Amino acid sequence: MSAAEDVVPTEQEGQAVEAVPKRAMTLGTGTSLIVLAALILTPLLVKNFVIFQMTQLLVYGLAVLALNILTGGSGQFSLGQSAFYAVGAYTSAVLMEQYNVNYALTLPISGLLCFAVGFLFGQPALRLSGVYLALATFALATAMPQLLKLNFLEPWTGGVQGLVVTKPDAPFGLHMSQDMWLYYFTLVITIAIYLLSVNLLRSRSGRAFMSIRDNEIAASAMGVNVALYKTLAFGVSAGITGVAGSLGAIVVQFVAPDSFTITLAIQLFLGMVVGGVGWLPGSFVGAAFIIFVPNIAESVSKGLSGAVFGVLLFFVIYLVPHGARQVAIVSQQLVGKFKK
Amino acid sequence: MRSRLRRAAAFAAVAIVFATVGALAQKKYDTGATDTEIKIGNIMPYSGPASAYGVIGKTEQAYFNKINAEGGINGRKINFISYDDAYSPPKAVEQARKLVESDGVLLIFNSLGTPSNSAIEKYMNTKQVPQLFVASGASKWNDPKDFPWTMGWQPSYQKEAHIYAKYILKEKPVGKIGVLYQNDDFGKDYVKGLKEALGEKAAAMIVAEESYETEQPSVDDQIVKLKLAGADVFVSITTPKFAAQAIKKLAELDWHPLHFLSNVSTSIGGVIEPAGYENAQGILSANYAKETADPQWDDDPGMKNFLAFLQRYDSGANKLDGSVIYGYGAAQTLVQVLKMCGDDLTRANVMKQAESLKDFETDTLLPGIKINTSPTDFAPINQLRMMRFKGRKWELFGDIISGELGR
Amino acid sequence: MELFTNQILAGISTGAIYACMALAVVMIYQAIDHLNFAQGEMAMFSTFISWQLMQWGVPYWGAFVLAVAFSFVGGIAIERILFKPLAKAPILTNVAGFIALFSIINSCAGLIWDFTIKQYPTPFGSAPFLGSQLISTHQAGMIGVTVLLLIALYFFFQYTRIGLAMRAAASLPESARLVGINTSWMIALGWGMAAAIGAIAGILIAPVVFLEPNMMGGVLIYGFAAAVLGGLTSPLGAVIGGFLVGIFENLAGTYIPGVGNELKLPIALALIISVLVVKPAGLFGRPIVKRV
Repeated sequence: MSAAEDVVPTEQEGQAVEAVPKRAMTLGTGTSLIVLAALILTPLLVKNFVIFQMTQLLVYGLAVLALNILTGGSGQFSLGQSAFYAVGAYTSAVLMEQYNVNYALTLPISGLLCFAVGFLFGQPALRLSGVYLALATFALATAMPQLLKLNFLEPWTGGVQGLVVTKPDAPFGLHMSQDMWLYYFTLVITIAIYLLSVNLLRSRSGRAFMSIRDNEIAASAMGVNVALYKTLAFGVSAGITGVAGSLGAIVVQFVAPDSFTITLAIQLFLGMVVGGVGWLPGSFVGAAFIIFVPNIAESVSKGLSGAVFGVLLFFVIYLVPHGARQVAIVSQQLVGKFKK
Repeated sequence: MRSRLRRAAAFAAVAIVFATVGALAQKKYDTGATDTEIKIGNIMPYSGPASAYGVIGKTEQAYFNKINAEGGINGRKINFISYDDAYSPPKAVEQARKLVESDGVLLIFNSLGTPSNSAIEKYMNTKQVPQLFVASGASKWNDPKDFPWTMGWQPSYQKEAHIYAKYILKEKPVGKIGVLYQNDDFGKDYVKGLKEALGEKAAAMIVAEESYETEQPSVDDQIVKLKLAGADVFVSITTPKFAAQAIKKLAELDWHPLHFLSNVSTSIGGVIEPAGYENAQGILSANYAKETADPQWDDDPGMKNFLAFLQRYDSGANKLDGSVIYGYGAAQTLVQVLKMCGDDLTRANVMKQAESLKDFETDTLLPGIKINTSPTDFAPINQLRMMRFKGRKWELFGDIISGELGR
Repeated sequence: MELFTNQILAGISTGAIYACMALAVVMIYQAIDHLNFAQGEMAMFSTFISWQLMQWGVPYWGAFVLAVAFSFVGGIAIERILFKPLAKAPILTNVAGFIALFSIINSCAGLIWDFTIKQYPTPFGSAPFLGSQLISTHQAGMIGVTVLLLIALYFFFQYTRIGLAMRAAASLPESARLVGINTSWMIALGWGMAAAIGAIAGILIAPVVFLEPNMMGGVLIYGFAAAVLGGLTSPLGAVIGGFLVGIFENLAGTYIPGVGNELKLPIALALIISVLVVKPAGLFGRPIVKRV
């Protein structure tokens, strides 16, 4: 504990998040089309309950995608996404139930609101990085359920009891179950946001994000407005998470403070790691992991479901430390070998 | 002539009677019920912050195993399907949909937690699937007009709080009340009930309210604040861990207010013993069920049944854990309802029988407390008896009270 | 004024819990430059082990020593078996590993010992300390042991060769290897020591909060916060941080009107973040300079 200062070489501090080359950020065209076809056609063949689960997958996938932009894109570590998700969910719930706003309209409102919240949160977060930023975002996530329970907000939020959200019917008298309509609605929004995100990361802003992620000092030295882009990344990420939260509220038809605890933030984080940090398509693989693997763990052993989940998680991170992206790269190489 | 007419009429009458009886005796099923099986769904927090309550689901599974071993209900075996929701409402919605749409259960029984049940209530009522004997003390489950498919089971928290308030008004009308409550639906419901029953005196009598979150390691700070506020009545709306901490801290501070303890934390094995018998003397509470550790039930036939069941079907269970007795009682109530359904195992009939329980007694309810329901009363257990901790057990005193305001 | 002093005293007694845990957090940070989410669960499991030993008849101090030794070995084992293979993996993957470990330990403890609370004895007794009813002899004992641990850790890091080697391995692994330090085993050692300190923390905390599988969840959050506030490189900072968090949380609950009571943890965390914005390395931490 002397007063001497620690001098740390750059590899230690800077490379908390590894670089993902731009090319590898998305799926190839062929694979994308197959996946898209599957997403569009499957609901016509399965029961409502499976459609419901697929919608959940899209919603969580969006949230993980947002985290990927923030952490994989701009290198800022966040354990607080559940807070933005909660704000989005409650915004939609309150607007729909207390003010009778149409559900589709609540999405852009919640997206903008969460963007603002994220942008504002990004300001003090500028001075923090690594484990300190993790703690700050963690604080935000733990604060959110308690903020939602506050007495004076109760007339709007419903307090600890939460709010029941009405599920929308298919419009124009379409002969579709509510679940199916909601699924296609979510799918369209997810695809739109996905394409916009890919575009963002390929654009100048995206390059700015990645330069900050790889070496903040060098980026700053090259003239990148680090402060602006870091807060922008937070804002965009929060906005997308907010939209995901809104969709989630409509799908589940219920919001309560207990729905948005730190457990959700940790799950989204795990989804990002399993999917492959920075690899946008992996967000959906990660989402599938966090939705379905706990169910698998439970069917193996009810008493030890947590342990089974942990073991499965270890299994995945041993096999593919870089997440699903690694699987994709390996299969691409295999396909390449076959072609020769 | 006349006699032939009479005979024909008699014959016709008999034929009609037979036809009707035949129609009545026809078996009627909804999804989840067959000639050999009744599928029952359940959602419990087996993991996560409320995992201590998962033992209720395990007890119920064991009880249904016993029923099946004894021949089932009217010859049908119970298939009990219980899923984990980790106390998360979105997960509860997923599990409820899975049970109803994928597993095809007849009804969902005793699912736990106010948030989780609030999340699935609308769904269950829209789909017209019974959400029976909800494991939560919120008063909202007694609303047959708006939610005819949802029914509670235990006495509501608000009713219990009414009883304490009435006692305080009677025995300590100028008392200064300090309240410690868990900052969630459970705690807030109690506080609401307490204030409601105290009426205009609430503001004057309640000198301090301290809440706590379940993430907090201990409630010692809150107890100190309540003592410093000068309270001489302490209402502890706490779950077992924090209830024990409170009892212990009170002793350490040498503070001896009139101490009320919420019914969920009265388990001798789960709360009083760890906290220290000597520290718990004089604590007041109310109960509707028997306590295993109480020697006064040693020869009680109901308690003997319960202990025999544990020994044979659930030997690993901690018999001093209040949740185990709870699960047993709830399961017994369901079995009664299903028996009453006979061969008409439609969901509508399940609700019909559930709302026709008359003076039904389980093995574990206190003597004199009976389960009663009606189409306008969806609160099966409505009565409690107050009790005081003395020596190493709870001593019941007073009459059986119902929690209605006004009496 | 009396209320104020009482609040401070009460805050110090809760703060002792946080300070204990914060020491274990700092220990692991010194070893691996990261916070281990599963630290609390490991401490809880160790405490259960010592409780079980006492149930089997082992006297208190015997159980204490055995549990701490078991934790030390266990910590090293966990690192060698589970985390060494992940050494080359990205940091975020390692964090996912910590979360997995948390899940496994918590679940196993729940299955083995169930979720009902258990009383845990204290060697210090529960009488009021020096006549003050706000601090019991146990809590005073807890503070005492924490301070002793702190002093021991200080000497270890400043004046022993292994301590120096560990610090070198954590901050400059390349250079440390060049001078012959086996950095890999230093990490394992760090895990072992952190687990042992965690066990001591758990054994001290259990008498106050009652032993059950979810006992350390909240404590860990506060431990992190305290360690960060005090400076992740400074054991002294961690301990002081713990007390500060306990005191501040208590005062916030009393003096911030309206929401103070319902938002204790967020307010405490907000305070810590504000401190970090001003002093990014914490109150007593050494600022880290980035070389371009």
